[in-house]
Amino acid sequence: MLRIIKREDVSKRQSILIRFLAILLSLVFSGVFIFILGYNAIEVFGNMVIGALGTEMRIKETIIKAIPLIITSLGILVAFKMKFWNIGGEGQIIMGAFAATYIALNYSDNFTRPVVLILMMLAAMVTGGIWAFIPAFFKVKFGTNETIFTLMMNYIALKWVTYLQYGPWKDPNSQGFPKVANFEINAILPSVFGIHVGWIMAIALTIIIAIFMNYTKKGYEITVVGESLDTAKYAGMNIKMIVITAMLISGGLCGLTGMIQASAIEKTLTVSLSGGYGFTAIITTWLSNLKAPFVLMTSLAFAVLLQGGSYIQIAMQVPSSVADMIQGMILFFVLGSEFFIRYTIGLKSKEVA
Amino acid sequence: MWTAFLFAAIIAGTPLLFATLGELITEKSGNLNLGVEGMMLMGAIMGFSVGIWTGNPIMAMIGAILAGAAGALIFAVLTVSLRANQVVTGLALTIFGTGFASFMGKNFVGKVTPPAIKSFFHAVEIPFLSDIPFLGPILFKHDVFVYFGYLVILIASLYLYKTRRGLNLRAVGENAAAADASGINVTLYKYVHIVVGGALCGLGGAYLSLVTIPVWQEGVTSGRGWIAVALVIFASWNPTKAMLGAFLFGGLDILGFRLQSQGIQVSQYLIDMLPYVATVVVLILSTKNNKKEDRPPQDLGVPYYREER
Repeated sequence: MLRIIKREDVSKRQSILIRFLAILLSLVFSGVFIFILGYNAIEVFGNMVIGALGTEMRIKETIIKAIPLIITSLGILVAFKMKFWNIGGEGQIIMGAFAATYIALNYSDNFTRPVVLILMMLAAMVTGGIWAFIPAFFKVKFGTNETIFTLMMNYIALKWVTYLQYGPWKDPNSQGFPKVANFEINAILPSVFGIHVGWIMAIALTIIIAIFMNYTKKGYEITVVGESLDTAKYAGMNIKMIVITAMLISGGLCGLTGMIQASAIEKTLTVSLSGGYGFTAIITTWLSNLKAPFVLMTSLAFAVLLQGGSYIQIAMQVPSSVADMIQGMILFFVLGSEFFIRYTIGLKSKEVA
Repeated sequence: MWTAFLFAAIIAGTPLLFATLGELITEKSGNLNLGVEGMMLMGAIMGFSVGIWTGNPIMAMIGAILAGAAGALIFAVLTVSLRANQVVTGLALTIFGTGFASFMGKNFVGKVTPPAIKSFFHAVEIPFLSDIPFLGPILFKHDVFVYFGYLVILIASLYLYKTRRGLNLRAVGENAAAADASGINVTLYKYVHIVVGGALCGLGGAYLSLVTIPVWQEGVTSGRGWIAVALVIFASWNPTKAMLGAFLFGGLDILGFRLQSQGIQVSQYLIDMLPYVATVVVLILSTKNNKKEDRPPQDLGVPYYREER
């Protein structure tokens, strides 16, 4: 008889090894899957790597894709640590971009460039925060399911920006084409070493969130609320306030992503600017085991996947959604592998029974 | 005008009906599968592509059932056997399903349902019943799939509340440990109902892509899977209420279109927001007044480990 034994202690090396094997297996399975769907899997994978890391320009492009992923993941991390399933990253990104665009369109000429940019960031973080606050409020007040709530907020944000783009914010100079006016130079993030400053913000925020989660009282409280509500209650923590604060941080970070994407990438407000980062960030956050420093690594790895995906679409006419499938597949295997980190399967021995 | 509106609401609500019922049955077994959107999309693309290849409606529906069930099976293996986090696993399934449908459907974008399938889903009047004033023309002049929806709801209600197996299923969802102690095969019950639930979600997706919106477009479900998850809460885990909720949201879905055809000036995009805003409102209201019989299954989302009882 086989039986499942709970592992008492797993060494770090073992658990990393198991995760690594899981990712490897997921790639093998994805390859088989791609092959069944009629493509040469090895060629697809090879081209993805070339497309993401082949030239200096492509590496820059990959880093540009990693920036929103890192910042959004950090936001998701704060919420997930609390077991608050914020899957409203997309909506919070879009609303952040919306607020930043409002500043950019109306106040670009009133202030100097740094002031405009800082105002845009603040507006984006506040609005993203509010977009996360609404579901958090109802969660603590009535226990409303945050997963569906945050997700619905995505669609509401999306329709709102679509409405603006096709209606009141349509650029009168665009000859009837439904788009929002382009930002002026004052509202565009500058570049450092050929990549917009978002990369510095991403690294700085990773350090800040790592310190916040590990070395501050608030960060500790968030962890405790996630581990055990009862413990938090016994310790006399104000759970409602903790949930609300954490969600404001979570939404604020996602909102900041929106500002960066609007300012540095699109240089305007578009419906597609969130680009699925809100969802991919869920995977990168989970893979990073809810630890800020690992977020940096998983986000970079997934940026390679995304950049590679969009490259093979052009180079091989393979739909870029192959990257989404691989993402899902990786997550399946990692989720499954966690079982083998926590348990081991052995033969039933007589002495124990 | 009302008759025509309500008639169209039922067609628009039928994909939701199947998905909501699928998730309801899944949740009755105590597992919360947030992959409905993914399973619907998998069913939608499978139904559509098998439909294009074979031109056979039955084959298309079987394809959709298998796709939805396969997605659900992945979820079941991960959450029941490997004890993975249900929320994250469900999300993974949605991400996977979305990618899968978009990948498979790349060459179908803009293609329409083949005529053989279209004619299979033509309206059939049910004699006598369709003559009932007001209700008859709304409820009984539909295609076979809508009637199948009514039937599935009826079967599910009878199964859940009138059979031994239904009782066992509810016991598993309420208290898996007690159910296990009384000799019910908890794992088997969970597996079967998760997979059946996924099959229903797949069917809902196929009806959407073959009949409701008979042209393939990317992200054809546009959040309906998530609305279905919310509708289960709205329906307080009751199949009949789930049907009413599905038709209500079907109505919201087509409201913008109808208003515009009446010459009322509202932005299409703001009207498009309505189903999502309504879902949020429904969600808040249904958690606010928490009546005893309206509660979710007690063990919903709680993993069951026999050895750690």
